[in-house]
Amino acid sequence: MTRKVKAKIIDEKGLKRTVTRLAHEILERNRGIEKLAIVGIRTRGVFLAQRIIKEIERIEGSTLPLGILDITLYRDDFRQKLKQPVVQQSEIPFDIDEKNIVLIDDVLYTGRTTRAALEALMAFGRPERIQLAVLVDRGHRELPIKPDYVGKNIPTSIGEEIQVKMKEVDGEDCVLLVESPENAKGDDE
Amino acid sequence: MSFERKHLLGLEDVSAEEITHILDTAETFKEILQRPIPKVPTLRGKTIVNLFYEASTRTRFSFELAEKRLSADTLNFSTSASAVKKGESLRDTAQNIEAMKVDMVVIRHSAAGAPHYLAQCIKGSVINAGDGCHEHPTQALLDMLTIRDNYKDFKGLRVAIVGDILHSRVARSNIYGLTTMGAEVALCAPQTLIPYEAEKWNVRLLNDVDEAIGFADIVMALRIQMERQTQNFFPTLREYHNFFGITRERLDRANKKVTIMHPGPINRGIELDSDLADDEHHSVILNQVTNGVAIRMAVLYLLSGETQE
Repeated sequence: MTRKVKAKIIDEKGLKRTVTRLAHEILERNRGIEKLAIVGIRTRGVFLAQRIIKEIERIEGSTLPLGILDITLYRDDFRQKLKQPVVQQSEIPFDIDEKNIVLIDDVLYTGRTTRAALEALMAFGRPERIQLAVLVDRGHRELPIKPDYVGKNIPTSIGEEIQVKMKEVDGEDCVLLVESPENAKGDDE
Repeated sequence: MSFERKHLLGLEDVSAEEITHILDTAETFKEILQRPIPKVPTLRGKTIVNLFYEASTRTRFSFELAEKRLSADTLNFSTSASAVKKGESLRDTAQNIEAMKVDMVVIRHSAAGAPHYLAQCIKGSVINAGDGCHEHPTQALLDMLTIRDNYKDFKGLRVAIVGDILHSRVARSNIYGLTTMGAEVALCAPQTLIPYEAEKWNVRLLNDVDEAIGFADIVMALRIQMERQTQNFFPTLREYHNFFGITRERLDRANKKVTIMHPGPINRGIELDSDLADDEHHSVILNQVTNGVAIRMAVLYLLSGETQE
C-alpha cells in the first residue's frame, strides 16, 4: 500500500545518529550494562533493538541479551478485528527475573501496544524494572504510558501517520510522515 | 495467510496451506505452554461449551486446558449429568446453547454428522471433537504436529495406519490430512475392518503387518474399539494380536527406525506391546498428548477470529 508521503522526518544518517544517542542514554540512565537486557517488540522494534545492542557493544565491549516479544495474543482490539493476525513466537532466551528490561518499539501512539507488551513480558517472570524506548513518539496517547527514551517527538494530527522503514524488512532506513488511508485508524502504533 | 473458516468439522476439505498454517500457529502456543505463566488473555470474554455425548478423557481435558490457557470461560457438558438423560434432542440442546450466547461449541457425538448439523443450528463456531466413525480433525492435526517435530517434510513420508480402520475417525482424519500434505499412507487391518470407501482414498492396502512395518517410517496403531465390536470382525483378541499386533519382535525383525504413534487409549498387549508404548526410542505417544493442547489452542484461536454478524 503506497500512501502519500508528506515529509521525510529522519533519513538514514539521522536514524543512525538517533540509535547512537538512544544507546548512550540507556547506558547513562542505567549506569552501565549490569542486569540490563533489551526486548524488542515485533516487527521493527526487534531490528531497532538489534541495532541498539550493536551500538552498546561498540561502546561497552560486551553484548546485551536480546528478547523478542510478539504481542498479538495480548491485543485489546482482538474482538473488533475481522481477520486473525498471524501470531509469531516470542523468544525470551534469558531469565527476566531481577533484570532491568528496556522495551523497544518503533512508534509510540495510543500506548495500547506498550500495555500489551507489558502484560506479555510479565508472563515470563518479574523484572526489577521495565523502561520504554521508542524511535518516534507521535502523541495521541489513550493510556497513561510515558516513554523513558525517545528518538524523536513528532506531534501528528488526525489523518497523518508515521511510517518507519528499516533496511532489514523495507530495504531502506527512514521515518516518513504519511497521510493515513481514509477513515482508518492507524495500526502502525 | 489468513484463516477464513468458521468451523472445523473435518479435514476432508482442508487445504495443505491451511493445515500448515494451523501447525505453524500451534508452534507459537507450544512456546507459550513452556512459560512460567502459560496463559494468554486472548479469548477473554468468550464462552465455549464442551458438549461431550461420548466418553473422553484426553480430548476433553485437552480442549478444556486449551480453552483455559486462552482465558475463555468454559462450560462442560456430559450426557450422564445433563438434560439429555431426560430425552432432550441435539436440536433443543443447540437452541438452548444459542439462547445463552455461546461463542464456540466443541462437540463429540456418536452420530457421524452431528457437528455439521449443529453448525447449521447455531451462530457460533463448531469444532468436531469426534463424530461417530467419521472424523476427529484435531487428533489428526496433533498427530501431524508430532510427525513434523520428528521429520522435516511430509512429502514422501510413509505412514502405516494399523488396526480398526472401519470404526476409526482418527484414521479417516489422518488419511485426509496426511495425503493432502503429500505423505504416503498405507492401511493394514483384517479385511473386515477396512471400509469399502478405502478404495476411493489415495492409500495402499496391506494385509500383512510385517509388510506394513517394512513400508513405514511411522506406524500409527489404532485402538481395537471394544464398544463397537458388535459383529464378529475377527475371531478373538488373541488372534488379532498374533496377526496385527505391533510387537517388539516384529520391529526387531524389520531392523530399522520406526516411530510408533497411538491416539489412545491403548489396549496394551492387543494392538501394541506394552513395553513398546513406553519405549522412548520408538514411541511419541506422550508427545502427541502434549501437542494436543497446543493444536487445540491454535484451532480455537484461528476460529475465533471473525466477528459475529
